[in-house]
Amino acid sequence: MTITLEQATKWINLFIEKLEQNRSTLNELDTAIGDGDHGTNMDRGAKAIKEALAKKTPADLSELFKTVAFAIIQKVGGASGPLYGTAFLDMSKEAKSESDLAKLIGVGSDGIKRRGQSDVKMKTMIDVWDPTSQALANGQLTKEDVNNYLNSTKDMVATKGRASYLEQKSKGHLDPGSQSSAYLFDALLEAMGA
Amino acid sequence: MKYGIVILSHSPKIAAGVHDLIEQAAPSISITFAGGTEDNEIGSSLEKIQKAFEDNQGDQLLAFYDLGSSKMNLEMYMEMTDLNIHKYDVALVEGAYTAATLAEIESPLASIEQSLAKLKIK
Repeated sequence: MTITLEQATKWINLFIEKLEQNRSTLNELDTAIGDGDHGTNMDRGAKAIKEALAKKTPADLSELFKTVAFAIIQKVGGASGPLYGTAFLDMSKEAKSESDLAKLIGVGSDGIKRRGQSDVKMKTMIDVWDPTSQALANGQLTKEDVNNYLNSTKDMVATKGRASYLEQKSKGHLDPGSQSSAYLFDALLEAMGA
Repeated sequence: MKYGIVILSHSPKIAAGVHDLIEQAAPSISITFAGGTEDNEIGSSLEKIQKAFEDNQGDQLLAFYDLGSSKMNLEMYMEMTDLNIHKYDVALVEGAYTAATLAEIESPLASIEQSLAKLKIK
């Protein structure tokens, strides 16, 4: 399945909406096992993306992702800045010659792994990104799937990121970065009309 | 070869404090730093990091950081620049101090790195 500029623009706008609506949910999740600012940081990123897109309408998919990446890198502040920023920057490079959605998300997922030196089962956003990109590659992704990926982080013990300092105590809480990633992919499914 | 040292921290005060501390050990080395977000809150800013590297007078830049997103932003910057940056995964204060002391007496990079290896904690 390919993604058009129009669909991707809708996707990003829906993501911005979800981040603005769920700022306190993300902060609460992050208070349990982090420093409590994931919602605030992502909301700041969302507003920066909105501002950048209002200033200049991207001409193609690559430019859209680049605009998103730079807004996030400059404004988010926390660890999610370089992580989401790298994902969108790598997707922007890939989108110059590729519009297949599964491939793009796969490249984004690999970017996050490289930046965070992380992989699945570490209780990070990769636990949503990695299975999502695989499901897309198999041509089937539903909101229920995304929700399952998110929920799988609950019983994991964190071995990367701030939550890893809590060791066993990180168990029993959803990973905040996985929750914001779930918003991202819910928004994607809505934009693609699924 | 001219050394420079760059300090990155989530906290503006830690970054400035480590700078003040190691400056004592290396008065002739260019030491720059980036701390906190754009608004000087706790966090990390790629823009500040970029400026700290660009302002540094050294041509072999030894970089020290504290926590996760300082490291990630540093690595992102290293992918974007042609500057000669050496990143050390060592205790921030002790590592930067050791490097400053040895850089001041113009130790070869290999021997600085040998001393830093003992301080690797991440």
